[in-house]
Amino acid sequence: MELIFEKSRAGRRAVSLEPLDVPEAPLSTEFCRTAALPLPEVGELDVVRHFTLLSRLNFGVDSHFYPLGSCTMKYNPKVSELVAALPGFAALHPHLSTAKVYEPVCQGALELVFETERMLAEIGGMKAGCLQPMAGAHGELAGVLLIAAYHRDKGNTHKRTILIPDSAHGTNPATAAMAGFEVREIPSTAAGTMDFDKLVEALDDTVAGVMMTCPNTHGLFEPKVHEVAERAHAVDALLYYDGANLNAIVGKCRPGDLGFDVMHFNLHKTFATPHGMGGPGSGAIAVGERLLPYLPGPKVVKGPDGYTLEAIPKSMGRMAAFFGNFLIAVRAYAFLRHYGGDGLASVGENAVLNANYMFARLRGAYQAAFEGNCMHECVLSASRQADKGVHALDIAKALLDRGFHAPTIYFPMTVRECLMIEPTETESKETMDFFCDAMLEIARLVDEDPNALHAAPVTMPVSRLDEVRAAKNLNCACLT
Amino acid sequence: MNPESLRYTMDHEWVGEQNGLCVVGITDYAQEQLGDVTYVELPKIGQRLKRGEEAAVVESVKAASDVYAPLSGEVAEINEQVENETDLVNRDPYGRGWFFKLKKYDAVEYAELMTYTAYRAFCQGR
Repeated sequence: MELIFEKSRAGRRAVSLEPLDVPEAPLSTEFCRTAALPLPEVGELDVVRHFTLLSRLNFGVDSHFYPLGSCTMKYNPKVSELVAALPGFAALHPHLSTAKVYEPVCQGALELVFETERMLAEIGGMKAGCLQPMAGAHGELAGVLLIAAYHRDKGNTHKRTILIPDSAHGTNPATAAMAGFEVREIPSTAAGTMDFDKLVEALDDTVAGVMMTCPNTHGLFEPKVHEVAERAHAVDALLYYDGANLNAIVGKCRPGDLGFDVMHFNLHKTFATPHGMGGPGSGAIAVGERLLPYLPGPKVVKGPDGYTLEAIPKSMGRMAAFFGNFLIAVRAYAFLRHYGGDGLASVGENAVLNANYMFARLRGAYQAAFEGNCMHECVLSASRQADKGVHALDIAKALLDRGFHAPTIYFPMTVRECLMIEPTETESKETMDFFCDAMLEIARLVDEDPNALHAAPVTMPVSRLDEVRAAKNLNCACLT
Repeated sequence: MNPESLRYTMDHEWVGEQNGLCVVGITDYAQEQLGDVTYVELPKIGQRLKRGEEAAVVESVKAASDVYAPLSGEVAEINEQVENETDLVNRDPYGRGWFFKLKKYDAVEYAELMTYTAYRAFCQGR
């Protein structure tokens, strides 16, 4: 497809500006360009066709199956979009939440914040929630800064370490380091769960917290999570629940009941709001008793005369202006009210059922990374295929030609030639079967026609990208 | 260097003695797992490293990984060429793709590293 710059013809215009009817004001030369901007010169029809064609190259959940493990690319119900577009929410000025005088005119929005935080806290088995963090990793940072605030308040200056299993998302160690802690990695066992003995060994008095994802990124529930909580609390270390995989256990099991002190929710993963990048995101958090005094403020409080904003005396401070990505919370609220408690439990059940169905169909042709059943995503290894020269990357590209988004590959790094598949709860058996059929066909081609797999993709707008060049010769175009 | 005469860590670094220094790099297995290497960050000359400490960073199209000091010592030389030509790590992991050299290294720790045979068995078990 031609770039819009290549369609440019000198003098072609889409818009004719009205003649200037006010006196021209002088502008200091330091602000004036010396040469014209190299913008494309195109007609309105050129612009419309260009962007319409571009939009048709989009690949998303609304058009295709997108089993990107760990990322949870789940369908966003359109009713949530309708609710978020109501002018009472969409046209609300954020500054209405900044002064007491405005409280009477934004009671609905304050109620929504209050109720969403309350429901999230209940789902997490926690005491209170906070919608401020703008995305999952930001929620992690909020959670770890809360742990820091707790230890600072107690004078625990010797607590400088956070323990994190090697299967964790990269954001965990990055977050802990950003919050000023030292990170110690705990290895996984061959079964794919955290090595409990190694954890106990590392859990000395310098440990401020332990970050866990449960089920973990191998798609497995951590069986000793309750013992981890007991051991951690015995040395006054707090337990962080990375909510990335909450969608597997939502409505079935509550992190607070397992002993976790703080958690974040990726609202897009569990409550079907738009995913980050296209998002925006939301990384709402919830805390248990120990961290309650330090929660980011101000807090929406329900009183006899309605909802008010109250300061939290020992608060760690704000994590974001206003209430984070408020309209994302509106979508999550709509989803929560739509499903209710029983419906939410079925979300987790179907996510786990779907993943295990695909696991069962594929674990013959591809090596299962771990024994037993999985939770909401299954982890396979293309190691047998790699020994014949076809790698996880080739399989991923071949899937694009067959009309699917590729699964996550090469993550988690603990698994060689990793393929990580997450169907989510909304996919039908037929869709999953189409995908599994394609995976099995590709496995056959590894023996019959490996070159066809090395050449993939051949039906996409662009052929296989040069990833090394993209990483090494990053060209940030700059208009001068 | 001949891989059979080198020593190895469980984190896939190799170590070889050469003119009184210890040369350190990452193994062929490690480079194959990483895929095309796009970035290498080396320690500073004179930096003192303890065994197991983060010494370098290697990034590929798939992942970013720390390279740990296989044994304690002081950084005597670094391979600046590999910072620019990162594909040397893939093409020649035991030769021109070396990372850094240590002096005043701990001989006892060196003796504790895996032999070629032990490392091969370790990789096959993964």
